[in-house]
Amino acid sequence: MALLSKKDTKLITDPLLDNNPITIQVLGICSALAITAQLKASIVMALSVMAVLAIGNVVISLMRNIIPSKIRIIVQLVVVAALVIIVDQVLKAFSYELSKTLSVFVGLIITNCIIMGRFEAFALANGPWKSFLDGIGNAAGYGLILVIVGFFRELLGSGTLLGFKVLGDPIEKTGLYALGYENNGFMLLSPMALIVVGIIIWVQRSRNEALVEDN
Amino acid sequence: MENRTDKNSYTIIFAIVMVFVVGALLAFTASSLKPRIAENQRIEKQQNILYAMGVNDNTDGSAVFVSTTDAPELFKKYITHQLVIENGVPKEDNEAYLMDIKKEKAAAISDPSKRRLPLFIGEKDGKKLYVAPIYGKGLWDAIWGYVSMDENMVVQGAYFDHKGETPGLGANIKERFFMDDFIGEHLLDASGNFKGITVAKGNADPKNEDKTDNEVDAIAGATITGNGVTAMIKSDLKLYKPYFDNLKNN
Repeated sequence: MALLSKKDTKLITDPLLDNNPITIQVLGICSALAITAQLKASIVMALSVMAVLAIGNVVISLMRNIIPSKIRIIVQLVVVAALVIIVDQVLKAFSYELSKTLSVFVGLIITNCIIMGRFEAFALANGPWKSFLDGIGNAAGYGLILVIVGFFRELLGSGTLLGFKVLGDPIEKTGLYALGYENNGFMLLSPMALIVVGIIIWVQRSRNEALVEDN
Repeated sequence: MENRTDKNSYTIIFAIVMVFVVGALLAFTASSLKPRIAENQRIEKQQNILYAMGVNDNTDGSAVFVSTTDAPELFKKYITHQLVIENGVPKEDNEAYLMDIKKEKAAAISDPSKRRLPLFIGEKDGKKLYVAPIYGKGLWDAIWGYVSMDENMVVQGAYFDHKGETPGLGANIKERFFMDDFIGEHLLDASGNFKGITVAKGNADPKNEDKTDNEVDAIAGATITGNGVTAMIKSDLKLYKPYFDNLKNN
């Protein structure tokens, strides 16, 4: 027997492409713009969101029958905020270096609309295992776009990937720079992330016409 | 029948219980981890000061501290004196490196004479180094650092850190390519007055060969963080000028 049933597999693969939280649902754009100037930051953010979303989804799913519907949004907010703070504290105590890398992202994780969106749309109506898979899937879809955007922004903006100078040295004029190539400083600024996301959306919708909305 | 969870009384009780449970959980986590976190922060300060002095495990291109296990021992070895300067009078204080610069700055707003200035004197390769902490604000949150100088206020090393600057832009102030630019830069102008070091845009010296121009090259997309670095160097290191003047006269 397969580890995951067909339906479960869909929970993970769907948000990667045809139901991607960023390009289709247009959620979590804010953090996608803010931190994708570097590939490393994109990867760290993707992993952090994955941890928080998967655990948060399970917690909310376990509580789904006792949460009063009138204050469910507040309850969700409290759960995600408490989770993030506890994780941050534990990291500070036991893995100080890592926590310093993550400190910037803590606030961004709490406010990430994907997290609230999945709690509200999925975890409140489904069991813990399914919610867990849904969390992993959506975070992976989010992470995928982040990594693509981070890849292009770092490569074209700084000429590096994960800090390595893959195109040569811009000051010493080696590699590609010897031919007169220049880094595009625009790529480092947030608006260019929006344009990269726009291009991804365009490519995705022209490949799959079914995703285009009717006007 | 009305759903049990829709009742007002249930909602209120749920909210109260939730607040207590979550509050207790957070308080328990925070207080049980506090000693470990404080210890980590103490060692980090030692690592920062040592880094500014040039005692580090830097690899090609990236900034690496000495290991957390070695830091306390190296700190004892390299830092020969820890001073607190109050009203121009330096006093020895072995806890000077734990001083909270943010609090000191806040206290000095109403009465500048209250400002206590920590200064760490170290020796590396037979050279006497003076390390001073600086503290200021970047774009989103606090930025701080340590600058080591020789007796002529020529920078010998710098370490910067930040709480929440934008990754890839302002956060790059803690990357080597930026911090290393400060090494050798003069804080004084040619006639010996304090001028500071400006993080300058359009600096025609990207390789940073001119060390007496009181300028280093800025980071693209990080103007406000860069201005913050300029401002904290100017405001905080200026206060040490009288100490260095004294040093020369004696």
